[in-house]
Amino acid sequence: MSDLTRDEVAHVARLARLRLTESELDLFTSQLAQVLDHAADMGSLDLVDVEPTAHPFGLINVVRDDVVRPSLSHDAVLAMAPDVEDGRFAVPRIMGEAP
Amino acid sequence: MSARELAEAVRRGERTAQSLLEASLRAIDERNDELHVFLHVDEPGARAAARLVDDRVARGEDPGRLAGVPIALKDNLCQTGVPTTCSSRILEGWRPPYSATVIDRLIGAGAVPVGKTNLDEFAMGSSTETSAFGPTRNPLDPTRVPGGSSGGSAASVAAGMTPLALGSDTGGSIRQPAALCGIVGVKPTYGMVSRYGLIAFASSLDQIGPFAADVADAALLLEVIAGHDPMDSTSLPEPAPDLLAHLDDGVAGRRVGLVRELLDGADPEIVAAVERATGVLRDAGATVVELSIPELRLGLSAYYLIAPAEASSNLARYDGVRYGLRVDGDDVTAMNEATRTAGFGAEVKRRIMLGTYALSAGYYDAYYGQALKVRTQMIEAFRRAYQRVDLLIGATTPSVAFPFGSKTNDPMAMYLSDVFTIPTNLAGEAALSLPFGRGEADLPIGVQLLGPGRSEPLLFAAARVLERVERGS
Repeated sequence: MSDLTRDEVAHVARLARLRLTESELDLFTSQLAQVLDHAADMGSLDLVDVEPTAHPFGLINVVRDDVVRPSLSHDAVLAMAPDVEDGRFAVPRIMGEAP
Repeated sequence: MSARELAEAVRRGERTAQSLLEASLRAIDERNDELHVFLHVDEPGARAAARLVDDRVARGEDPGRLAGVPIALKDNLCQTGVPTTCSSRILEGWRPPYSATVIDRLIGAGAVPVGKTNLDEFAMGSSTETSAFGPTRNPLDPTRVPGGSSGGSAASVAAGMTPLALGSDTGGSIRQPAALCGIVGVKPTYGMVSRYGLIAFASSLDQIGPFAADVADAALLLEVIAGHDPMDSTSLPEPAPDLLAHLDDGVAGRRVGLVRELLDGADPEIVAAVERATGVLRDAGATVVELSIPELRLGLSAYYLIAPAEASSNLARYDGVRYGLRVDGDDVTAMNEATRTAGFGAEVKRRIMLGTYALSAGYYDAYYGQALKVRTQMIEAFRRAYQRVDLLIGATTPSVAFPFGSKTNDPMAMYLSDVFTIPTNLAGEAALSLPFGRGEADLPIGVQLLGPGRSEPLLFAAARVLERVERGS
């Protein structure tokens, strides 16, 4: 069995900006452990000398001529934002209260 | 009538695009409440597009190879001004400010997009049961799933709502629902079809592809959407392949590998169908060998680390700042958390967490790193196989369409329904599923043909050999 713990799942949820209920924590811990157990078949392989593949054909830089092209208008982009102020995306405070 | 015949009739002025659209809208109206295929039907947009096609014919112009053909779009494809949700609450109400390249090309060829189809949330699932807006029902047996994640698009074609549809395939999401709904579905070579405007799930695996009722219609649709696009840096640097021109090339002299691992655990009727299909190819002049590719058994494990890892990164953008849902919080982190917690369903959360874990310090090498090396081994195993044979054959799915709820409480059981389709995505290669025979409860069986990158002309020709025998035409 995978040694995935409930605390680790809670930590991962914080990293992923998700809040889980107590019962979700229990359920996800057992379900994720099941998937990781299935992945244990890879852990036993000796792959030390195998190169990893992150992309099927190997990514190479693709460049285009450095010419100005039209892009989406400011208004079109902001039109779908949940909150806008002075032509910018507005968000709740980022820093703590001023002293 | 096929999409090809409909388009020809419109180009010759014998049918109008508007009459084809009205027939499509009637078919949708008749069964959409029951089957829940479309999340959004864009009647005004479709009517305007159909009118444009008819106007062009009236002026003596050629509207294109898909003139007037109604087409359904999976709801993870962006279309300017048309609601695009990925079947997720987090994008409910969002209207993209731009269109996917494939949609521009469809419209350029005279096709008429009628609406957006249901999918598993963010394409994560194999049954449409993870859609935040409820599942789609299989038109052939509404007590069963249509497959997924592109279940709505497959159901639209199977129910006769549209002659064509587009889906996306990250681990089988076109081929599996095509098999379960009894139609043709294609996962093209990675990079053959532009991903610009396809909402990302796992970027190194995602590929857009066609659904159609027959092989030639699928070939025509792929020819229209394929070809280099400067807006996608992973797009192959070449034009669309000629598929229809080679459709009747046959398989004489070709070598076909029947892959043991692509039958392991499949229903006996499905194994029998694949063996019967192999016999048809042999009768048509192909040489058949039985192959074992043990590396394919590791595909599922590698995929369920790689795809969630990429998804956890791609879905970080849903933070309540620039578009989509926002749930208020005292500070920006609380807002991010509240938004994502309310906006994502359980399966999406499960995969984001799995991916975040696989990428986290201390586990990266053991999980994600190891999975990337298995991916290399899979690519090399396929390469060795393709030194011996020209294409591979196996089952698309282990079972026919399954009943609702039968796998929803057991993620691993659901993941296993993609066991035969995943290796192609990991290798970036091409595969298609076509209906061949019937299994349990008289439901359709999908036979899968697989080939190396850019082997589509051969895959379609082989599929046509099978189809001709199966249909008698």
